Amino acid sequence: MMQTLTQTRGPRRRPQLARLLLIVLALAFLGIFLVLPLLAVFVQALAKGVGAYFAAVSDPMAWSAIKLTILVAAVAVPLNLVFGVAAAWAIGKFEFRGKSALITLIDLPFAVSPVIAGLIFVLVFGIHGWFGGCLRMHHIRIVFAVPGIVLATLFVTFPFIARELIPVMQAQGKDNEETALSLGANGWQTFWHVTLPNIRWGLLYGVLLCNARAMGEFGAVSVVSGHIRGMTNTMPLHVEILYNEYNYTAAFAVASLLALLALLTLAGKSVLEWRRPELRRAARKPRDRTRRERT
Amino acid sequence: MARRVLPGFGLTLGYTMLYLSLLVLIPLSAVFIRSLGLGWGHFWEAVSTPRVIASLRLSFGASLIAALINVVFGLVVAWVLVRYTFPFKQLIDAAVDLPFALPTAVAGIALTALYAPNGWLGVWLHPLGINVAFTPLGVVVAMTFIGLPFVVRTLQPVLEDLDNEVENAAATLGASGAQTFVRVILPALWPALFTGFALAFARAVGEYGSVIFIAGNMPMKSEIAPLLIITKLEQYDYAGATAIAVVMLVLSFALMLGINALQSWASSRHGGR
Repeated sequence: MMQTLTQTRGPRRRPQLARLLLIVLALAFLGIFLVLPLLAVFVQALAKGVGAYFAAVSDPMAWSAIKLTILVAAVAVPLNLVFGVAAAWAIGKFEFRGKSALITLIDLPFAVSPVIAGLIFVLVFGIHGWFGGCLRMHHIRIVFAVPGIVLATLFVTFPFIARELIPVMQAQGKDNEETALSLGANGWQTFWHVTLPNIRWGLLYGVLLCNARAMGEFGAVSVVSGHIRGMTNTMPLHVEILYNEYNYTAAFAVASLLALLALLTLAGKSVLEWRRPELRRAARKPRDRTRRERT
Repeated sequence: MARRVLPGFGLTLGYTMLYLSLLVLIPLSAVFIRSLGLGWGHFWEAVSTPRVIASLRLSFGASLIAALINVVFGLVVAWVLVRYTFPFKQLIDAAVDLPFALPTAVAGIALTALYAPNGWLGVWLHPLGINVAFTPLGVVVAMTFIGLPFVVRTLQPVLEDLDNEVENAAATLGASGAQTFVRVILPALWPALFTGFALAFARAVGEYGSVIFIAGNMPMKSEIAPLLIITKLEQYDYAGATAIAVVMLVLSFALMLGINALQSWASSRHGGR
């Protein structure tokens, strides 16, 4: 106590011991909760050697799961991208009543448990659902088939790109676009040559996060998939099946591919944040854009 | 209203509303309409069975504990990342987002492998009588993992904007480090701490993938509410599944509105300073 009192004349001098303790505490917490789980995935995946690892990853069932995961993301991400751009254009460039309510509604899927996200599509399209009878008559399967997986993935990844783009478009205003229009560009040219270059980093950021969630989604997809091997099994579901069969090496091998995807996503995200520091803050605080930059 | 010079308002807003309705609003309303069809009596019957109540209590109780753990350690992590410099800080900062990026099923099996009695951490904890895997404690651990980034990421910008001058003034006036923290810094952090807590809590309540592997899933003991929804669905008990979903949705939406109110309160407070 005496020591701190005598130190008070210097600017921001903190006891070195407290600083060291806090750093050690923070690193220990992150080490136990972040680094160890990640490390465990790769160690367990390679526990029986590289041969077993590659055998597990190149198994036909694993391959079909990989292909389905890529397919689902390839459908879901572009659809949510188009929606995200449209929503950001309407919300970011125009004033209208009910705007904040609309933003809240766009965020709604974040507040819904993934399991409930799956459940709602079973209630709508399942055998006992609203359109169940009608679909069965026409031999269309949505639930326990690929369309259901896509729908559930679309739902859980719905807000990602819109959330990134709305603050970016809001910050940029519409001066540039109006100038382009007054110079004789049409609406589409304006969007393509003026707006798109301005939002490209935010767009990429949103796509990155959306894709990671789309490929990694488990709960929602689990409810609507029916777990048919080689047919409706995505990579996370395949991990679960292998794990429940006590085939740990194979489960962790497939899981390690998803962990690599997560690491690549984080790396890409960091690069984007490094190039465009405002992305990170914009993502967190959409309503608070005009604050002074940190000195 | 002035003529809108920029084109595309009707088209983009129309598309936004259509897409939102088809994909989110109408399917979500299915849960509520279905549960209305149950009638109050059946609804109450479905959600008041001991097994359902136990699962809701576990989901909400474990989420509460996990969110509180995240508030404490999230504050430490955010503080250290904003205020101090040390090797690999950028890397560690980026790693905080891992729970957002890592698929939940992968997190689930990795945590189980760590905390199982023969796992890296389980080996040390098991002889001490602390069983994490396949107990409610495991549920808390998984929920702490997935909620970890929320508190850190909500606190970081607030800490970065915090004026050093106020702290220096407090120190110059003779306040100790602890006094400065409690009297000067903490009051400025409350809104962000609450928001981070609520976000971590909301995420943990609905969490499924990372929890089910480590939980053990014993009914009445370590069975979370989302798992019970799936169990009921697999037994074609749609009414039961829907009723639990409605309880969870109502609570989650209330929480979300609370978070929104908190955030606008926090940013107005911030702007007023």
